Amino acid sequence: MAEPLFANVCLATMDSFWRVFLLRDYNTRVVLLGTVLLGIAAGLLGVYLLLRRRILIGDAISHATLPGVALAFLWTASTGQDKSLGWLLFGAAISGALGGITVLGLRHIAKIREDAALGIVLSVFFGAGVSLLSIVQQLPGGNSSGLEGFIYGKAAAMTSEDVWLCGIVAALVFFTVALVGKEMRILCFDIELARSQGWPVLFLDSLLIALVVAVTIVGLQAVGLILIIALLVIPAASARFWTHELTWMLMISALIGAISCAAGTLLSAAIVKLPSGAAIVLAACALFLASFAVGRQRGVIWRIVRIWELQREQDFHHLLRAAYEVLEFDACLPSISDEFKSSAPIDIYKLVQQRTWTLAKVRRLVKQMAARNLVVIGSNSTIHLTPRGILKALEFVRDHRLLEHYMMEEAAAHVVEADREADYLEHGLIPELSAGLSASRMRDLVNPPPSPHVLAPGGGTESEASESN
Amino acid sequence: MSSLQNQPSASPAEIAGCAPLMVRDVTVAYHRKPVLWNVSLEIPTGSLVGLVGPNGAGKSTLLKTVVDMVPRISGEVSVFGEPYKRVRGQVAYVPQRETVDWDFPATALDVVLMGTYGQLGWFRRAGQAERKLAVEALRKMEIEHLATRQISQLSGGQQQRTFLARALVQQANLYLMDEPFAAVDASTERAIVMLMRELQKQKKTIIVVHHDLHTVPTYFDFIVLLNMRLVAAGPTTEVFTEGNLQKTYGGKLTLLEEAGEAMRLRDGSVKS
Repeated sequence: MAEPLFANVCLATMDSFWRVFLLRDYNTRVVLLGTVLLGIAAGLLGVYLLLRRRILIGDAISHATLPGVALAFLWTASTGQDKSLGWLLFGAAISGALGGITVLGLRHIAKIREDAALGIVLSVFFGAGVSLLSIVQQLPGGNSSGLEGFIYGKAAAMTSEDVWLCGIVAALVFFTVALVGKEMRILCFDIELARSQGWPVLFLDSLLIALVVAVTIVGLQAVGLILIIALLVIPAASARFWTHELTWMLMISALIGAISCAAGTLLSAAIVKLPSGAAIVLAACALFLASFAVGRQRGVIWRIVRIWELQREQDFHHLLRAAYEVLEFDACLPSISDEFKSSAPIDIYKLVQQRTWTLAKVRRLVKQMAARNLVVIGSNSTIHLTPRGILKALEFVRDHRLLEHYMMEEAAAHVVEADREADYLEHGLIPELSAGLSASRMRDLVNPPPSPHVLAPGGGTESEASESN
Repeated sequence: MSSLQNQPSASPAEIAGCAPLMVRDVTVAYHRKPVLWNVSLEIPTGSLVGLVGPNGAGKSTLLKTVVDMVPRISGEVSVFGEPYKRVRGQVAYVPQRETVDWDFPATALDVVLMGTYGQLGWFRRAGQAERKLAVEALRKMEIEHLATRQISQLSGGQQQRTFLARALVQQANLYLMDEPFAAVDASTERAIVMLMRELQKQKKTIIVVHHDLHTVPTYFDFIVLLNMRLVAAGPTTEVFTEGNLQKTYGGKLTLLEEAGEAMRLRDGSVKS
C-alpha cells in the first residue's frame, strides 16, 4: 500500500502556510487534484439530485456506508489481510446500497412515509457503524484513527490511487451527464411525460442513485460520510441563484464544487487539526452565501434593485399623472399643434399637494426625471413636461381613468375606491390589457377620458369627490 | 438508434383503419381499491371528446392507463389497433399542470423541446429541426415571444399553453389532455378550444378531461360520462342528457365506493 502522500501539515508558521498555498509540494498538488475532481462530480450530480428531490436519500446512503467500512476493517484485520483501502470502500458501497434499498423497502412494503424511512435508515445504520467502530478500537493493535478519517474527512490521507478513483468517478458522472442529460432532464421535470414517452424511469432513477453511491464512496476520504451530502446539495443550490438554465446550472455547480473543495483542502492543510470535510463545507457555505447575495438571477441584492427600480418607475408614473392633472385643472393642457413644445410651467407645490409626498421627495423625483428627459426644471420651483413627458403622462392618465371607469361600472366600486384601486392596478396594465380595456370601454386610444372625480389641486381630491361623471 | 416511441413501429396505413382508442373491460385499482370498473368504449377517429364525471370518478386514471402509466387489473386497451407501446409516437399525453415543478430551471422553449425527446430516442439531442418545430408550436399557442422566458415567470394560462405546445411538437394523432382548462384565463381557454378545433380538422382525435358542464355541449362532439363505471359514451347530442347526468353525478354508486374502501382497509394497506 502506498504511503499517504502528504502527512498532516500542522505547522502554523507563515512559511508552511505559503508552502501550502503556493502548491510547492507535489503531495499538495495531488490531493488538490483529487478533491477538485470530486467537487466537479458532486456538483454535476447534485443538480439532478436536487431537481429530482432526492437529496435526503443521498444523505441516508452516505450515513449507511459506515457499518460497511467498519465490517470490512474487522474482516481484513481478522483474516490478517492487508488493510487495503479497496476493501473498505467495497464494504462502504455494499452497505450504502443496502441502506438505499432499505429505504425503498420501508416505503413500499412497510408503507412508512418517506421522511420517516429516511430518518430510520440514516440513524440505525450510523448507530450500527458507531457500535462496530467501538469494537474496532478494542482490537489488539487496532486503532480507528484511520477510520475516523472516513467520518469527518481527511483529504491529507489521500493517496494517488484515491485520486485515480476520484478521476474515474468524475469521468463517469461527466459522461453520464453528457450522454443522458436529456433523459435526466425529462425525468426530473415531468416524470409523467417521461413515462408516457416510454422512458425507463426506474432505470434512470437507479442510475442517478448508483452515481450518488459512487461519489459518496470516493468522497469518504476527502469529505467524510457525515458531510458528503453538503458537497452534493450546496453547489447545486448555490448555482440556482445564478441562472435559470439547466446547462448553466450544471457548469456553475461544478465550478462551485471544485472551488469549495480546493479552498477547503488548502485550509485544512494549513490549519492545525481542521478536518478537510468541515473546511470544504464551510468554503461551500461561503460561496452559497455569496451566491445568495449577488447571484444574477435570484440573488437578494439584484432582487432589491429590481424592486427599487420598479418603485421608482411607479413614482414617475404618479408624478407625471399629477402634473398632467394640474395642467388640466388650470386649463393649460398642450394641444396637438404644440407637439414639439414643452408644457406650461407647473408649480411644484401643487404637485406636492396632489399626492402624499414630501417636498424633498418631489424634488428628488423631478431631478431623476429631468435626467431621463421627462421634465425640465423651470424657474421659481416650477417644472415643464417635455414632449416625451407629455406623451407618457397622457398614456398613464388614460390607463388610470380607464381603470377607474372600469372599476366603477363593472365592479360597482365607489369613486374613491376606484381611484385608489386604479392607482395600484395601473402599473400592471401591460399594452395588451390596456388596448383591450380601451376597446371594451369604447374610448379614444389617444385622449384620456374625463376623470370620474373632481380634480382640485390643493383641495384634496378624495374628500370632494363627486359621483357625477 | 431506433426511435424510442415506436419500437417496431406501426405504419400509418395500418393505423388508418383502426379506432384511435379502444378500451375493453378495463378495471384499475390502487391498493386493491378499484377506481375504474369494467370500462369499455370506442372513440371514433376525428372526435373531440369530453371525459366528464365527478371527482374521483377515475377520469385521469383512464387517461393514465391508456399510456401505461397505471397498471390494469384486467382488460385491454388498444390505440390505433395496437398496444400502446407500439404506437407511442402517435400519442401525446398532457398531464395536469400542477404535477410538475414550475420552478425548474428551464425556459418555455426547453419545455416544448421535451416533447421531441421521445422521437429523438436515446443519446440524440434536440437540434435545429426540433427547435424550429418547437418555435412553430409556441407560435400556434401565441406565446412565441415568451420562448426564452423562465417558466416560473409564466402565468398559469401561459404555462398551460406551453404544455399544449409541447404536445403539438409530438405530432401525434391522438391527444390525451388532463384538465387543460383548469385555472386558466378566458383568452387561454379560447386559444385551447381553437387549437382543439384545428387539430380536429386535421383528423386528429382529442380526449379532454373536463369539469365545466356548462361548456361541455359547445366544446365537444363526443362525450364519455364516467363515474367509476362507464355511464354513457357517444355523440354529445345523444348522450349529454339530463338522465345521464343524473346517473353520473347522482351519487347512486356510493356503495361501490364504500365497498372498495372496505376492501382497502381490510388488508390494512395505507393510502399513499
